[in-house]
Amino acid sequence: MKNTNEMELLFDSKSVNEGFARVAVAAFMTQLNPTLEEVADVKTAVSEAVTNAIIHGYEKEIDKIRIHCRLEEQVLYIEIEDKGKGIENVEQAMQPLFTTKPELERSGMGFSFMEAFMDEISVESELGRGTLVKMQKEIGKGRELWITQSL
Amino acid sequence: MDEEHPVFFFCIKKGEMKVKYQVQENCLTIFLPRELDHHNAERIRRKSDRLIEKNHIKCVIFDFEETNFMDSSGIGVIMGRYRMVYLLGGEVWAVHANERMKKILTMSGVTKIIQIYEEEEV
Repeated sequence: MKNTNEMELLFDSKSVNEGFARVAVAAFMTQLNPTLEEVADVKTAVSEAVTNAIIHGYEKEIDKIRIHCRLEEQVLYIEIEDKGKGIENVEQAMQPLFTTKPELERSGMGFSFMEAFMDEISVESELGRGTLVKMQKEIGKGRELWITQSL
Repeated sequence: MDEEHPVFFFCIKKGEMKVKYQVQENCLTIFLPRELDHHNAERIRRKSDRLIEKNHIKCVIFDFEETNFMDSSGIGVIMGRYRMVYLLGGEVWAVHANERMKKILTMSGVTKIIQIYEEEEV
């Protein structure tokens, strides 16, 4: 039987919750015994997706953002969903440096960071219905096994 | 002041980030908070732009001493300040950046327009 664990968060699309969301996901993943680097990677990716939902999904409205996390053995799956306005052209949105809000000093690096820090990412979006970002990352990849030797 | 009973003032605002700004001649140093995300970026942007305009700033230094988290919103703040000062021939520096911050700065490509100051090993 596979070792699995799940959690779900629902919170308002207020910028003050960005910190809460990434710390909550980071805390949840600690049971996989991640390195500091892996925790930092996941925190950055979550922060990008949540910020996107707040700025682009809901713009100035306050509505709910849902984060669903699942652990399956050593893999962390994260889904971040909003019911906002959706993305017109997902492929274009994922281009590095592309932004629809340069006036807000968005760097256009959000999706690039998510791609760089996670193993896989997919984006489903429908205009007027919202956006769902799915990401996954294997934890403990390439780390040497700690073998306790007897003295 | 009462010598025997000095009074200490502590200013701790819950949920407020700590950002200090220092202006020396035409140079502005921004002491960044622990986490530089979209939430904090907005306020830093507003405050620093006021200082840059008022003091004819040409050089902006981002001090990452306290900072251990940054996302693309932070990159936006740096790029925005660069845009403000480069027309005047100014420049932007990052100091006290830890390995993680350097990685984010390098990955984003922002190191093409700003300089990272490396301290000498003592």
